[in-house]
Amino acid sequence: METRATRIGLWAWGALVFAFLWIPLAIMAVYAFNSSNIQSWPIPGFTTKWFSQAWHDEEVRTALWLSLRAGLLATAVALVLGSLAAFGLARTRFFGRDSVSFLFVLPIALPGIITGLALNSFFVIWGVSFSLWTIVIGHATFCVVVVYNNVLARLRRTSGSFFEASADLGANGFQTFRLVTLPTVGTALVAGALLAFALSWDEIVVTYFTAGAENTLPLLLFGFIRQGQNLPIVNVIALVVIVVSAIPVWVAQRLTSESRGPRG
Amino acid sequence: MTFGQISAPVAAFVFVYVAAVVVLLIQGFWTTDSFTGKVVHTWNLDNYRAIADAPYPRIIFRTIGMAAAVTVTCMVLAFPYAYFMVRVAGPRLRVVLLVATVLPLWVSYLVRVYSWRLILNPDGALNWALNLVGLPDLNIAYTNWAMWIVFTYIWFPFMVLPVYAALERIPQSYLEASADLGGRGPTTLRRVILPLAVPGLAAGSIFTFSLTLGDYIAPSLVGGPGSSLIGTVVFENLGLANNAPFAAAFATVPLAIMAFYLLLMKRLGAFESL
Repeated sequence: METRATRIGLWAWGALVFAFLWIPLAIMAVYAFNSSNIQSWPIPGFTTKWFSQAWHDEEVRTALWLSLRAGLLATAVALVLGSLAAFGLARTRFFGRDSVSFLFVLPIALPGIITGLALNSFFVIWGVSFSLWTIVIGHATFCVVVVYNNVLARLRRTSGSFFEASADLGANGFQTFRLVTLPTVGTALVAGALLAFALSWDEIVVTYFTAGAENTLPLLLFGFIRQGQNLPIVNVIALVVIVVSAIPVWVAQRLTSESRGPRG
Repeated sequence: MTFGQISAPVAAFVFVYVAAVVVLLIQGFWTTDSFTGKVVHTWNLDNYRAIADAPYPRIIFRTIGMAAAVTVTCMVLAFPYAYFMVRVAGPRLRVVLLVATVLPLWVSYLVRVYSWRLILNPDGALNWALNLVGLPDLNIAYTNWAMWIVFTYIWFPFMVLPVYAALERIPQSYLEASADLGGRGPTTLRRVILPLAVPGLAAGSIFTFSLTLGDYIAPSLVGGPGSSLIGTVVFENLGLANNAPFAAAFATVPLAIMAFYLLLMKRLGAFESL
């Protein structure tokens, strides 16, 4: 029903917005190979030397290691708490159920600065010194939601009769869990874990308030950018951060869309 | 069994997250000793009174203005884009565009802000492109204009998704009915499609508005000297000025604005579209 001119206009608009979304990331990727250490466009030539320089930088390595540990630990905490919460809420109705589910969404509903500042004040008041563990707690607050949402969505699409049938056939709780529950929610758990890791890996707003003297990779980047230091290395890390967070998201996407087929 | 399952995560959230938010709210009533820099637990309203002192009201209004400008820009960009995805693009292209729109949300927010710093630099890609078509340089790096572009860029996907969902739900028959009754394209757009898209636009605006209110990264990376936002004040008081109680008190400002904004959006039906 749109006129031809409208349709052409809409195609053009779609292309423009798409370009707006992706050109900055493409430019970012090109800068990682900039042969000059002056950040001007177009870059004078290509090199991969900054990659090896970043890899051998002690500060970068320490930050990378901290980010990986924080991401893995926060993901582990999120897996346990998020799946417990999803199992607890999926097939039951009880008083206050809505408030409980609201509780888990709160960390992503409130601006990150509120979460960060709140946790910061909390740790200071109890005399908890900032460390890897305070970062993990900060990340876990918003990672739990991701696992929770994924597992809950899967459980809602699964009939409760599967679990009842297993019990009727004489399986104990552990057997049902291993033979029925785990295969059902397995991919949802993996997808949730991958997304949780992707969130934790490049988080900065909350991390700034819950990290101590040690830098995670995004904190190191933030510091470098603000001081205008080591910009070639910044470009390389930025590209690596993009790729490392895009891969888990892509895999997670595949896992959840695949299981929407007959098996799910 | 179920109670046991749910109690662990609930306890973790209540004793850490909720407790932390409560501490934040209480902390605003305390003070910092100006000699020792330690937080003193004497109750008073000084921090809340100080919010009314210069330059804070200006910063609050600047932040609200920026949040509103970003929200409107995202709406203007997102509506035709979502319309294109729903009604013009084929099913395959639609999926590609949806993924292409959502994926940047998962790409480091810091990196996306930084990419604009490179582009807007005086010798960056923007001026290169402008010179290419014979236009003069545009030096907007480290200004409020830069912040406006960057905020629009990073929050845009949050606007597209609910608008897309709202448009997708409009039955074809409504549009046919409108056409049968003599409604031409613009009339159908104005009287059928736009009103039905309002809840989606309102839902998206909650994200774009709230996220801008609490941000401190973009102002510090792409803003200039006159670009302090609410987030900047909180950030600087906690870090540089070492005045956590004032930071805590000031953090209630975006909370209050958001509470008011949510009430407003609720009336537009935003919550049915989240």
